[in-house]
Amino acid sequence: MSTVEMPAEMRIVQGPSALGDDPRRFVALTRTLTLTDFKLKFYGSALGYLWQLVRPLLLFGILLFVFTNFIKFGKVPHYEVLLLLAIVLYSFVAEGVSNAVDSVVAREPLVRKVQFPRLVIPATVVATAFLNLLLNLVAVFVFAAIRDVQPQWQWFELPLILLLMVMLASGAAMLVSCLFVRYRDVKPITDVLLQALFYGTPIFYPVERIEPTLRHLLVMLNPFAAIIQAAKHAFVPSAMTAAEAAGGTVNLLVPLAIILGLFVLGFYVFNKEAPRIAEEL
Amino acid sequence: MRRRNKGTEPTIRVSKFASVNAVVVEGVSKKFEIPHEVSHTLKERALHPFRRTRKDILQALRDVSFTVEKGEFFGVVGRNGSGKSTLLKLMAGIYRSDAGTIGIAGRLSTFIELGVGFNPDLAAEDNIVLNGVMLGLSPREARRRADSVIGFAGLDEFTDLKLKNYSSGMLVRLAFSVMVQVDADVLLIDEVLAVGDAAFQQKCFDEFNRIRDQGRTVLLVTHAMSAVERFCDRAMLLERGRVVDIGEPNRIANEYLDVNFRQERSAERQPEKEPDRFGDQRAEIVEAWFEDEHGMRTSQLHTGRRCAFAARVHFNEPIDDPLFGFVLQNSQKTTVLQASTLDQGRMTGSYGPGDEIEFRISFDNVFAPDRYFATPAVARGGGMIAWIDRRERFASVVVTGTRDTDAVVDIPFQIAIDREGVRA
Repeated sequence: MSTVEMPAEMRIVQGPSALGDDPRRFVALTRTLTLTDFKLKFYGSALGYLWQLVRPLLLFGILLFVFTNFIKFGKVPHYEVLLLLAIVLYSFVAEGVSNAVDSVVAREPLVRKVQFPRLVIPATVVATAFLNLLLNLVAVFVFAAIRDVQPQWQWFELPLILLLMVMLASGAAMLVSCLFVRYRDVKPITDVLLQALFYGTPIFYPVERIEPTLRHLLVMLNPFAAIIQAAKHAFVPSAMTAAEAAGGTVNLLVPLAIILGLFVLGFYVFNKEAPRIAEEL
Repeated sequence: MRRRNKGTEPTIRVSKFASVNAVVVEGVSKKFEIPHEVSHTLKERALHPFRRTRKDILQALRDVSFTVEKGEFFGVVGRNGSGKSTLLKLMAGIYRSDAGTIGIAGRLSTFIELGVGFNPDLAAEDNIVLNGVMLGLSPREARRRADSVIGFAGLDEFTDLKLKNYSSGMLVRLAFSVMVQVDADVLLIDEVLAVGDAAFQQKCFDEFNRIRDQGRTVLLVTHAMSAVERFCDRAMLLERGRVVDIGEPNRIANEYLDVNFRQERSAERQPEKEPDRFGDQRAEIVEAWFEDEHGMRTSQLHTGRRCAFAARVHFNEPIDDPLFGFVLQNSQKTTVLQASTLDQGRMTGSYGPGDEIEFRISFDNVFAPDRYFATPAVARGGGMIAWIDRRERFASVVVTGTRDTDAVVDIPFQIAIDREGVRA
């Protein structure tokens, strides 16, 4: 092999990766693609953003009707506000993860023809879902004001809770989006798991109604249950805290570890698959 | 049509950027695994956990090495499946190479397809920003350039029109404009010129020249040999993942045509042993070839010059006044020239056993670039023509040229435009 002089300013082409070598490009791309997606979604519909609210509101209406007329949980302060809050938070996770599943495959033309950090794709999906969440939360606050929920200092806990939830959704999104490239049955599995998550999380039922041992187990093993309960308590202080629901503050380390673990696992798998994604599509 | 003056311009350029490498590719290999039974589901995996999926290994590139100097216009040519697009994708960082090193000096932009990421529901300006960011600009830079992009594309009146309402020609112009407005030091371009009308293609090449004259480097993957000959400083021929040759665009273009048509011909002819020979062989055509304007035997002819077809005939029996002639066909089997001594109305003389003659038919080569096949024949004259020996497609020649034409022939022409009354 002949030796060719490599000038100092030569950049060695490494091939595709999850993050790329320029963080600014990663952020710029994610931002531009997210805003474009967001813009397109509301494009050409007169009511625009309102449609985004219709789905959670419809679910909210049905559940509220069922659980205030057919089945009753007894006296739960601000049941309807907490129900709407929980549904909006669940919608974020469900939207983020289920849209992430086929996101990489759907963007095939880009993946095969342009060099860009591959992680931008699931990141865009989660970011779009997050923008929707922020808008939906505005509706929750408006509804809360109408139903006389008093503003609380605990509301400032919400950003931290949202951050943990974004981490949870991102971890799952990274994992499913790259696994789907190889295994197409990731999609039905994800759908079923998200459905299970809906019932396995105190969304329409108050966590206080569950028998203590089972409750502790549920909140420890389902990190989303811990997040929802923490959010409910932050919103309406009379609701049980996540620590109480888990049977002690120390027990909350388990869901926290699961969230971090899923995030790390998701990133690890995605990062490992990233260089070959374009070939396997 | 503007042509780059190959005589003077490059010398100035080369001295200005004296052999600084912009691209170094060193021993690069890439293989793809193509599984036979694609098990796409976990269930299949679970049912057959020990079944090893058989895999075909496709060696797309083998030990490819070359360098491109800064400011060079470098062509990469090869037949379908020769690995040229894989090479481009490796250089762009879309695939990861199995072995070897690729070094690029400066900012790289790849155009494997025009308008990647264009969204039909967005207006031109939004798409420019989107596309620009995809290609590596910051959103602010991309927005700043939107106006000049639209200006270059000549679409100022259609800024607010959604892309789905654009004609395909307008789309191509917009996409190309975005591409050239990205300030890359090295541009990798794959076949994007197959689209667009002739005027637009010319504009593209003018733009490439401008980019190159600024000391930037262009790598062009293409099938269009006319483009290679007109614009490239050097070219590389790939065949089955290997570098066949690197050098003068003219030579590479000819080699490409050769490789291409050789394949075609061997596929056509190999099965039977010369089924296309007719006649009683009382005289035999032993050999046939083409000659250039200097009378030298050649396998390539440049269009627009004088050339000749010649054949050697050996007589086995005495024959009086035979006819000599040939038919010239292009690769589409369209006959472009028929010539024989019959047309000349001339007596050709008497020949005895053991005599050997050469007949030579010279003509102006007005044919478009392609491979041409000659069918020489010796026949008995008189009322009815009977073949003595006729060998179908016995000799072939590649005609090269610089003008891109869809016509069968490429005849020199002048165009005059007179306004009404000017001449009177």
